[in-house]
Amino acid sequence: MLQFIANRILTMIGMTLMLSFVCFFIIQLPPGDVISAYAAELAAAGDSSGGQMEEMLRERYGLNQPFVVQYLKWLRNLLVGDLGYSFNLSKPVSEIIESRIGISLLVEMLAITVLWAIAVPIGIYSAVRRYSVGDMFATVFGFIGLAVPNFLLALLIMYLVYVFTGTAVEGLFSAEYANARWSLGRILDFLSHVWIPVVVIATGGAAPIIRVLRANLLDELNKPYVVTARAKGMKESRLIMRYPVRVAMIPLVATVGWVLPTIISSSIVTAIVLNLPTLSPILLRSLLSQDMHLAGALILFMGILTLVGTLVSDLLLAWIDPRIRTGMAT
Amino acid sequence: MSRDQDMTRTDTADFEFAPPAPVAVSGTETQAQLIWRAFRRHKLAMVSLVVLGLLYFVALFAEVLAPNDPHEVNARYTYAPPQEFRLFDRDEDGGWAFRPHVLGYKVEVDQVALRRSFVPDPDKKIYIHLFPRTHETRMWGLFTIDRHLIGVDGRREVLFLMGSDRLGRDLLSRLIYGARITLSIGLAGIVISLLMGVIIGGVSGYYGGLVDNVIQRIIEFIRSIPPIPLWMGFAAALPRDWSALQNYFAITLILSLIGWTELARVVRSRFLSLKSEDYVSAARLDGAGDFRIIWRHMLPAFTSHIIATATLAIPGMILAETALSFLGLGLQSPVISWGVLLQEAQNLRALADAPWLLFPGAFIVVTILAMNFLGDGLRDAADPYGDTQ
Repeated sequence: MLQFIANRILTMIGMTLMLSFVCFFIIQLPPGDVISAYAAELAAAGDSSGGQMEEMLRERYGLNQPFVVQYLKWLRNLLVGDLGYSFNLSKPVSEIIESRIGISLLVEMLAITVLWAIAVPIGIYSAVRRYSVGDMFATVFGFIGLAVPNFLLALLIMYLVYVFTGTAVEGLFSAEYANARWSLGRILDFLSHVWIPVVVIATGGAAPIIRVLRANLLDELNKPYVVTARAKGMKESRLIMRYPVRVAMIPLVATVGWVLPTIISSSIVTAIVLNLPTLSPILLRSLLSQDMHLAGALILFMGILTLVGTLVSDLLLAWIDPRIRTGMAT
Repeated sequence: MSRDQDMTRTDTADFEFAPPAPVAVSGTETQAQLIWRAFRRHKLAMVSLVVLGLLYFVALFAEVLAPNDPHEVNARYTYAPPQEFRLFDRDEDGGWAFRPHVLGYKVEVDQVALRRSFVPDPDKKIYIHLFPRTHETRMWGLFTIDRHLIGVDGRREVLFLMGSDRLGRDLLSRLIYGARITLSIGLAGIVISLLMGVIIGGVSGYYGGLVDNVIQRIIEFIRSIPPIPLWMGFAAALPRDWSALQNYFAITLILSLIGWTELARVVRSRFLSLKSEDYVSAARLDGAGDFRIIWRHMLPAFTSHIIATATLAIPGMILAETALSFLGLGLQSPVISWGVLLQEAQNLRALADAPWLLFPGAFIVVTILAMNFLGDGLRDAADPYGDTQ
């Protein structure tokens, strides 16, 4: 088990390094850099010392050095917590991330919890009662989740809430609670807002989970051990939850690794449409204004979150299923 | 099968032993016929094929089918609702006649909110004609046409079957032109992904070893990162002064750079399972080169699987393009795609005034559903020997 954990953590570190390289590449992509923009500004203001100034600034920030050297410098700064500076918001990037990370994680966790709480029972139900009305309904629900883009679903719910109640739901808090301390009122207010993003993210992500669980469970339901248990007079509900569901869940936990990136992706788009006070709208704004240091750090951050999530699910999986930690199953 | 092998020889013997006429007798059907038969059983997939055929037809002949110029701004009709469409009209002598028409608009001003709103005017009937002479359009950029499938007489009348947007542009026409971009970007993206997937997956599966290991790590890496922020990052870095065409290709390329992994995975696993097949060993012992073995012996064995996987990957491409354009990072106006159209529906105020701006969303949903069903049908049919129901 220890070896398995060490192995997974090493892989994750490697992936994080690769990710950081990609992020730095994205940061460097737009033509020109902040300094030349600054110099152009100076020149426009009639300052003739622009050229000299530019050279000095370049030297100072190491912009004349080769790509790899710049990357290593950036990486070293990252490791000591210096994520760079956002020229548009005039704040250090780490401060911006800090101020919003809590809410971001909270919404994400809530959505993923609700997603599993919805998808697993539906998956079990539609396998056990195959071809029933409920199963058909679940299939339709799954296809809608598959085909309706998250941003469209978010827009639609926003529109319907507006039509039926006359209130515009945006963000996560009403104006009076936006900067208040946590209290019962604020929690209730939060819950009255947070259901929209949670529903949107859960609907989009539930479809593949329902499908996989249903298919796995259908395979298990006719196996001899189920028939044996039934023949011995075991209660049907207890039987299903006790044996086949546990087996069918295993490949499902394995899929968390590839479900998570999609869920995070969809939550980013949803948060932008609903203008939630999370990191996602900041990512969009920073990209639109080509504030690349902020954008690169945010992409890196979201990627690392996903990698950590995947790592946790991998470890959970190994804990549930001994075949995986001993390397018998791939 | 023996017929196929004969065909590869360039003997004149083929003329003497002409292959039997292709009569559909069971037992001598070709692979393609078997697949087609299995596919036809899948009703939903057949319906989807028809729906997609129609959509692509519309996209191809957008210039003829769109009633209005999609870029024409009409300041008098901003956010005009969809017109009431009627097929029949009362004659002079009181009977009913088939004369399709729409009702014109009457402007009403809400005294309280001081807002203009359009209401249908039952007295103003605008008749719809087939192929009337209206605005001029360049067809496929080749020649000019001035007749369109439907239209109204006179320059003063307007035809907004699906309403108009913020600038009074006809939503239906924009939808039709948008179909061209949105549907083609899915295809173009999948072609690039397919090339990358087949080459990289093939190399990985065929050679194995270190190459395979490195490629697998890269694929794992790409798949474990949320794609949307990466797409957003790359798309935001595109130079602002690029032309619409350059932008289009750049976006397609960005989508494919991340989208090829699933295809590569499928190709690799097929290669791995085929590598030890007897006929592949036989070809190798016969002295065939790597390229020939891959191209002539292995690829044909799983083309159908590749097509099915590719079809299932198109919806992802379309959704990604739509999401990027919607966020303002993908294609930019004046280019029209369904995502660009939905951008108009982004704020709640506009949406509350003009809910018809969500029409493009309905088209996206239908397209994605149809492609998923089609892909499912193809996947089930790809291996027609498997099930004997």
